[in-house]
Amino acid sequence: MLKIRKTQLNLLEKLTNAVAVSGDEGEIRKIVRAEIEGIADEIKTDAMGNLLVTKRGKGKNRLRIMLAAHMDEIGFMLVNKESDGIFQFETIGGIDPRQLAGKPILVGREKVPGVIGSAPIHLVSADERGSKIPLKSLRIDVGLGKPKVKVGDRATFATKFLRMGDSIRAKALDDRLGVAILIELLKNAPANIDLLAAFTVQEELGLRGAKIAAHALAPDLALAIDSTPAYDFPMHDGSENIRYNTKLGAGPAIYTLDGRTLSDPRIIRWLSETGDEKKIPYQYRQPGGGGTDAGSIHLSLAGIPTGSVSVPGRYAHTAMGLCRIKDWEHSLNLLHEALLNLSPKVLAR
Amino acid sequence: MKPLIKKLTETFSPSGYENAIREVIIEEIKDFADEIRVDALGNLIARKGSGGKKIMLAAHMDEIGIMVNHVDENGFARFSSLGGVFPQTLVGSRVKFVNGTSGVIGAHFLKRPVRLVMNNKMYVDTGATSPKNSPIQVGDVAGFERPFLDLGKRLVAKSMDDRIGVAVLIETLRELKSTPHEVYFVFTVQEEVGVRGATTSAYGVNPDIGIALDVTGADDVPEIDTKTIFLGKGPTFKFKDAGSLGDPRVIELFIKTARKNKIPYQREVATMGGTDARAIQLTHAGVPVMTLSVPCRYVHSPSEMVDYGDVQNTVKLLTKFLEKKVEL
Repeated sequence: MLKIRKTQLNLLEKLTNAVAVSGDEGEIRKIVRAEIEGIADEIKTDAMGNLLVTKRGKGKNRLRIMLAAHMDEIGFMLVNKESDGIFQFETIGGIDPRQLAGKPILVGREKVPGVIGSAPIHLVSADERGSKIPLKSLRIDVGLGKPKVKVGDRATFATKFLRMGDSIRAKALDDRLGVAILIELLKNAPANIDLLAAFTVQEELGLRGAKIAAHALAPDLALAIDSTPAYDFPMHDGSENIRYNTKLGAGPAIYTLDGRTLSDPRIIRWLSETGDEKKIPYQYRQPGGGGTDAGSIHLSLAGIPTGSVSVPGRYAHTAMGLCRIKDWEHSLNLLHEALLNLSPKVLAR
Repeated sequence: MKPLIKKLTETFSPSGYENAIREVIIEEIKDFADEIRVDALGNLIARKGSGGKKIMLAAHMDEIGIMVNHVDENGFARFSSLGGVFPQTLVGSRVKFVNGTSGVIGAHFLKRPVRLVMNNKMYVDTGATSPKNSPIQVGDVAGFERPFLDLGKRLVAKSMDDRIGVAVLIETLRELKSTPHEVYFVFTVQEEVGVRGATTSAYGVNPDIGIALDVTGADDVPEIDTKTIFLGKGPTFKFKDAGSLGDPRVIELFIKTARKNKIPYQREVATMGGTDARAIQLTHAGVPVMTLSVPCRYVHSPSEMVDYGDVQNTVKLLTKFLEKKVEL
């Protein structure tokens, strides 16, 4: 079984500290390229910026499997300069404005520090305090004399990676965990398959990069590797929590249904049988909304059997998420073992 | 056709889990098609004729259902809907899981059923008392259990949407002795969750003309002021719905065919809904489409009602349409 050690932790640190808001994924692309140069048979950046990597196996009857992990992260875009250093902004990807006031951020490719500001408590009336702060009352403030900060710049949270014993706290675990796993799978690619790795762009804006990546790669089957929310708190009134989505510590989350995809039952079976055989813990993500790159991949061309596996993480799409190192390791191993055991039999009906 | 309709509607195949219905259909059509294949997503594609215009006929073989999202500490299974399930039709319903388990839907002490599914307040009771002895787990899928009912002129069943379209395609394939076209009878998957099977099968078939066969809501019932679609007045030609505009040339061809053969039809303009035509029209460089519908009362309830005459007329019309050359 593969292990998460210092090398892997350092890579995830580098990946989560890097900034790659949807549509400007260059910094992650560069890191990934450096990691896999020399391993891959083919590396290509496509028209939208997806990094498509091929690692061919040996022998006959090799299935061509596409694994997708998105490089982009949620963030902001400056849309109007109101005065020196003060900008109105829009969100890029799904962000709850209630999470924003007072957060430190980094603006533009130069990573100019800034803050998301709102009215201080002194100037907020008692009855306003209980209500939410809409986006239009928030501003990005980078201070005076920053001519390089311009309308159209992207920004994201300034959170730094932190290891907390068994856990990790960082921004953009969605989906740098997936990116880290996919790099590791390329480095340990089994010979029985052709591994088609797609490090995709613009997932957070509607699975856009994966759509063209799948069209170009035309695989036999595909998996999206992502991170999905865990909302696994005990209920305040002592009742059973029945809407947790996933639970930390319970291993990789296999998807059955989300807002965009009904996972192929053959793929669900393949993954769970691998987990059972190899004694790797896994959980089924609660069927519900949301979506992964699988949503656009499975509808590509004349159809592609597709599923998704996610590392559970708390506080997704906020300034910082929290995940367990063991869940990451189990996710990597479930995927690795599943690939080792992938044959045309998996797709038999 | 009634035994066929009974067999089709009493099979359980919610979206994404169409294995059972696909096997039933293959058995029914294998002696009549020139070629049969199953694509990557599970669409069943049967060809008859070759060399002429490629006409794709799509009827979806999936049905609405539910998927378990949690088995609680007392063995009750909470669930999400699979496709457009109306919560008010659920209380007291019986469900049958793909793995064979049966259960009933409970929500007995709760009011305001419309909000129940959203809030995860309804549950399936399979008789289990804990997650350990539950015969189902997260991700298991069920359809609604309701036997086929023959009322003579009117037929009632679960999943008339769209097994009646499936029945029409099967019967048309059997009736069609020869055709100048290359006709693809496509039994699509995952229509109820967003016309997904039609998206990929249309890409694979790459047709010249696309016709979706589906049910459409008949509003000839009490408490509706303006009635527009009636049972017993023939199949409908859809000019528009929320997903596609019927190609005027294709509609005209159907009107001509109907008139010539003295088959009743209804002109339909819908503000809501969508069919496989929505996906077919946008494939490759574009495809002229129309939806040919069988009027159906109580769509997306466990008791959907159609008129047997409408069903037979739809088969007759479609067969006549496919026998003749068409020019757009």
